[in-house]
Formats: sequence, C-alpha cells, structure tokens
Amino acid sequence: MADALRNLLEVRDLHVAFRTSRGKVQAISGVSFDVAPGEVLGVVGESGSGKTISLLAVMGLITDPNAEITGSIRFRGKELLGASNKELRSIRGREIAMIFQDPMTSLTPVYTIGWQIAEQVRAHGPETAKQARDRAVELLTAVGLPNPGEAVDRYPHQLSGGMRQRAVIAMALSCNPALLVADEPTTALDVTVQAQILDLLARLRRDFGSAIVFITHDMGVIAEIADRVLVMYAGRVVERANKRDIFLEPRHPYTHALLQSIPPITGDRPRRLKSIAGTPPSLFAMPSGCAFGPRCTSRVAACSAVPGLTGEPAHQAACFVTGMR
Amino acid sequence: MLLPVLKRLGDMVVAMFGISVLVFLIFFAIPGAEPASRIAGRNASPETVAAVRLSFGLDQPLPVQYLIMMKKLFITQDLTSFVNRGYKVIPAVMNAAPITLSLVAGAALIWIVFGLLIGVLAAAFKNTWIDRLLMVMSLIGISMPAFWLGAVINLFTQSRWHDYWLFSWVPPLGYKPFVESPKLWALTLVLPCFSLAVGYIGIYGRVLRANIVEAMQEDYIRTARAKGVSESRILIRHALRTSLISVVTLFGLDFGQLVGGVAVLTEIVFALQGVGKITFDGLLNLDLPVIMAAVLYSALFVVICNALVDMLYILIDPRERTDG
Repeated sequence: MADALRNLLEVRDLHVAFRTSRGKVQAISGVSFDVAPGEVLGVVGESGSGKTISLLAVMGLITDPNAEITGSIRFRGKELLGASNKELRSIRGREIAMIFQDPMTSLTPVYTIGWQIAEQVRAHGPETAKQARDRAVELLTAVGLPNPGEAVDRYPHQLSGGMRQRAVIAMALSCNPALLVADEPTTALDVTVQAQILDLLARLRRDFGSAIVFITHDMGVIAEIADRVLVMYAGRVVERANKRDIFLEPRHPYTHALLQSIPPITGDRPRRLKSIAGTPPSLFAMPSGCAFGPRCTSRVAACSAVPGLTGEPAHQAACFVTGMR
Repeated sequence: MLLPVLKRLGDMVVAMFGISVLVFLIFFAIPGAEPASRIAGRNASPETVAAVRLSFGLDQPLPVQYLIMMKKLFITQDLTSFVNRGYKVIPAVMNAAPITLSLVAGAALIWIVFGLLIGVLAAAFKNTWIDRLLMVMSLIGISMPAFWLGAVINLFTQSRWHDYWLFSWVPPLGYKPFVESPKLWALTLVLPCFSLAVGYIGIYGRVLRANIVEAMQEDYIRTARAKGVSESRILIRHALRTSLISVVTLFGLDFGQLVGGVAVLTEIVFALQGVGKITFDGLLNLDLPVIMAAVLYSALFVVICNALVDMLYILIDPRERTDG
C-alpha cells in the first residue's frame, strides 16, 4: 500500500481491444506502469505501438463505442476505469491535463486562445470571466508567449505553430495539474521550436511540480527530458528502465535497434543508418510468441512463446535471450 | 472589420453591373433577338413595333440602348408592358417583393429553428432510435414537393375541414399587407411558410447532423474533452459553432434564390401575387419588360443575400477577418 501513496498514477495490466468488422483487434495487451509525483516518464515506440492509446485510456478519452478496456488505472489510489463521466471530467483538465501532437488542429478555430484557456479555468473553478481571463494572461506569460496581453485575444490561425503549442501548454497548466500527458508535443514543430518547447516543459516541471508522461518516437527527445523510459512495441511494454540504463545498457533487441538508428555525432558519418528490418506487425495479424520475433536478429526457439518482463524492478525487459542479463 | 465589409459591397456592385449587362445582351444583342418585336408582343401592329423602337432607342448603338433600359428600370422606373397595355412593370415588381419576402423570411425562420433542432438532436443521439426517427422524418420532408404539400394543406384547411375547430382560424387564400392588419398578415402566411419550409427543414437537419458528427471527430473536440468540459457544452459551443459556417453558406444561396422567385409554386398554390408569380406570368405572355425586370430583381436579391452571408462569415468565422 506504500506504493499506492508514492505513485501518482498506477496502471496495471491494461488491455484495450477494438471490435472491428474484421474481428477483435488487441491494441494494448497487459501494459503496466507507474508515474511518481514530479517525474518525467518517456514512452517510446513506433507509430501504432500503443503509446497514445494507452494514455488516452488513462484520460478516459477513448470514445469509440467498440473499444473494450480492462485492467486497472489508479490515479492517487482512485480507480478511473469504470468511473462515471462526471468524476472523470472533474479529474481531466484539473488533475491530469493533456497536450496533443498537432497544435494546428488541437484548438477550436473560432475562439480566441484566451477564451479557450478561460473555458478550462471556469470548468473547474469558481472564477468569474474576468478572473479567468487574467489567469489566461498570467499563464501565457508563464509559457513565454511574447506580448501575452495582446495574444490572449488572438485566434489560433493568427499564431505560429510554436506559439499555438505554447498556448496549448498554457491551457494544460491552467489548473496546476499533478500529471501532464504530452503526446508527441514537438513532432509537428521545427527543430528550433522543438528545443524551446522541451526547455519550456522542463522549466514548467520545476516551477509547477507536475509529473509528465512524454510520448514520443524520438530517442533524442527522450535523452533530453525523461527520467525513466518505457519502450513499447505492438501494444506491450518491452523494456522499462531509467534513462541512463536505456541508453547505455539496453536489454531488449528492439531498444537496441532503436538506438542504432540514431546517427552518431562523432566519428565517421555512416554510409547508411541502421534501420530495423521489416515493419511493425499489423494488429490484424499478430505473430504468435514474441511480437518482435520476426524482425529480431537474436531470435531463438523459445521466442515462439510470449516473453514476460523480467529483471530487477528498476530495469526490466521482455526478452528470453537478453532479458536475464 | 470595416474594410472587408466595404470590399464585399464593392464586389456586389460589380456583380450587379455584370449581370445587368449580360441580361441586356441576352435580350437585345443575340442575333435574331429582334428586341422591338419581342417587346411589342405577339401579333403586334407595325405602329406598336415602331413605337417600341422609338421608346427604347433601338436605332441607336448598343451601349446607348443599355443605358436607356437601365434608366427605365432604375431611374424613371416607367418601364411599361406593351403586351399588357398600361401595365407598369416596376411598381408591379415592387408590390410583389414584400409578399415574396414575407413568405420566404417566415419560411426561413421556421426551417432554421427546426433544422437546427433536428440536426443537433440527431447528432447528440447519433445512431440511436431518436437519430433514425429524425433522419427518416427529414427524408420524408425533403421528398414532399412544396406545391403538393401546399395543395394538400389547402384541401384540408380551405374546403373539406374548414369549419372544423382545428382549422377555423385559417383565413382565405391570398395576401394581406402588414400595414392593413398585422394579425391577418401573419395568419395568411403561416401555412404557406410552413409548406415551403418543410423540405428545407429536412435538408438543413441532415446537413447539420452530418457536419456536427464530422466536427466531433476533430482534434479540438478531443482537446475540449481533455479540458474537462461537459459533453453538452462540447456539442453546442465547439461542434455546432464550427458547423454553422457551412450552414450559413447554404442558407445564403437558398434564401437568395427563393426571394428571387424560386418559391413560384408555393406562391401559385396559395394565390400569392409574389415575384415568382409575376415572372411566371411574364414568361407565359412572352412579356419582355416584365421578364427583364424580374430577372434583374432576382439577381439583385441573390447578390445581396450572398453579400450578407459574406458579412455574416466575418462575424462567425474569425479566419475570414484577416484576409480583408
């Protein structure tokens, strides 16, 4: 029970499946992870590995009526799966906030950003319209938007991508959330703006003390911001460890291959970057046994069974070959 | 904010000028058009044709003919029919305009209210029996021709069951000007407006439902949910609000067309001497002055409505404001 108090978020054995015309599709199979207060958890994996779906499940934002979600999602010890819409609504935006990938489409085009921030403030508090607006200006200042007093009355289309993402972050921070879920918040931005946004998130984490779950497919971003890392592949967690161990002693062949695909900044420039042979498995045709098996260079006979996470609590990998090391 | 409005007003004037030139050329300059004998009407005597030629300056160059026509239409407003002797065309159109305008505005009010209601309800209860029932009802509404519905309504309210308490309030067919009796004006318009509106209610309900359902898939709806905003607020303030933009476009086109005379069948069924009816009569008699005046009048309304819609855009869609 001490664990429950130490951790902000505890996800246990989360399964998400979708009923489709081609049969049931298992998008997430038995994902478990914890987030401690104030820490940054990086979640990496290719597109379709289930990073976003698992966090949308945490937020209760999977609205597809064909989705089946089982397992346990506890926030501050309170079960979120099966909680009423009203309960979820009071947590969403107030205690857990989310930043989305594309700032171009994640703001309603017909309202000013001040209006949209104020909407969130007033959804959770007793603030008057005037107070909510002042709070919006304050937040826009905090995220470093130039000229916040004027920016508050701007419409999304009048702002650049980086400025919009700052506005979205300001909105997410409006109720001082304990947990911030950032779903590839820098993917749609230029590299220089990316760096600014990462700096901003790191600074806000210090100032506001929010824990951050950072979803990305970019190992460079992970190196920049994460404390601990969760590597996902085909709907499962294949490795979890602190950042240092992931980069220096990766155990899962997939993590290893991901790191190999980053160009080195010292030494000779390689002729070709190492890529991972093959493509991620289709959810409709999952290989039996280890999902990474067909693409894995260290494959052995044992890999025809599904490997579980093994290893000491601080560093676990789901691999028969290298997991025990 | 003012500049885009002025710009649209300018566009409007240019469009009106273009249309008037085009309409003029169609009737006056196309080979074989023989405007003089057209204006004079069928079986006209040579004296009448000569009088027409003199009155419309048909022996002069085309631009002068155009100016004379425009002067008769807009400045002196003394364009007269030769088919129907002594019939002043402009006052006739001007008297018909308020009738059509009342009919169409009333219908528009009805179809906007019910179209919105049906669209929002159907989208809110997507894929439930409420949605299906509303969609089937709107399809039935769209499938009923307005003139047929009008005729059926008349059958019940004017003859068969007129004395039945439910329909005893229905006044005789025809139009009563508002200044004479506001109550009768409203009562005579209720059923015509309703029968004209039914099809549009169906169309608007379906279009709006589709737009809202599509908008609900947008990323900003997910953002709003993540903010902890209630579902009903998301539906009305976010999804409906952004969906209104395309409905306003549709409305501008429909309203302009109807005021321009497309409501002719409803006008005939309910014995309203509106613009549609006047155009229809002009066409039956091949009465060129009437046709010209009516065509330009409808064009004017289509253009005005579109300009109004453009201005409404500026109001409801902030993205329209900057391109000024």
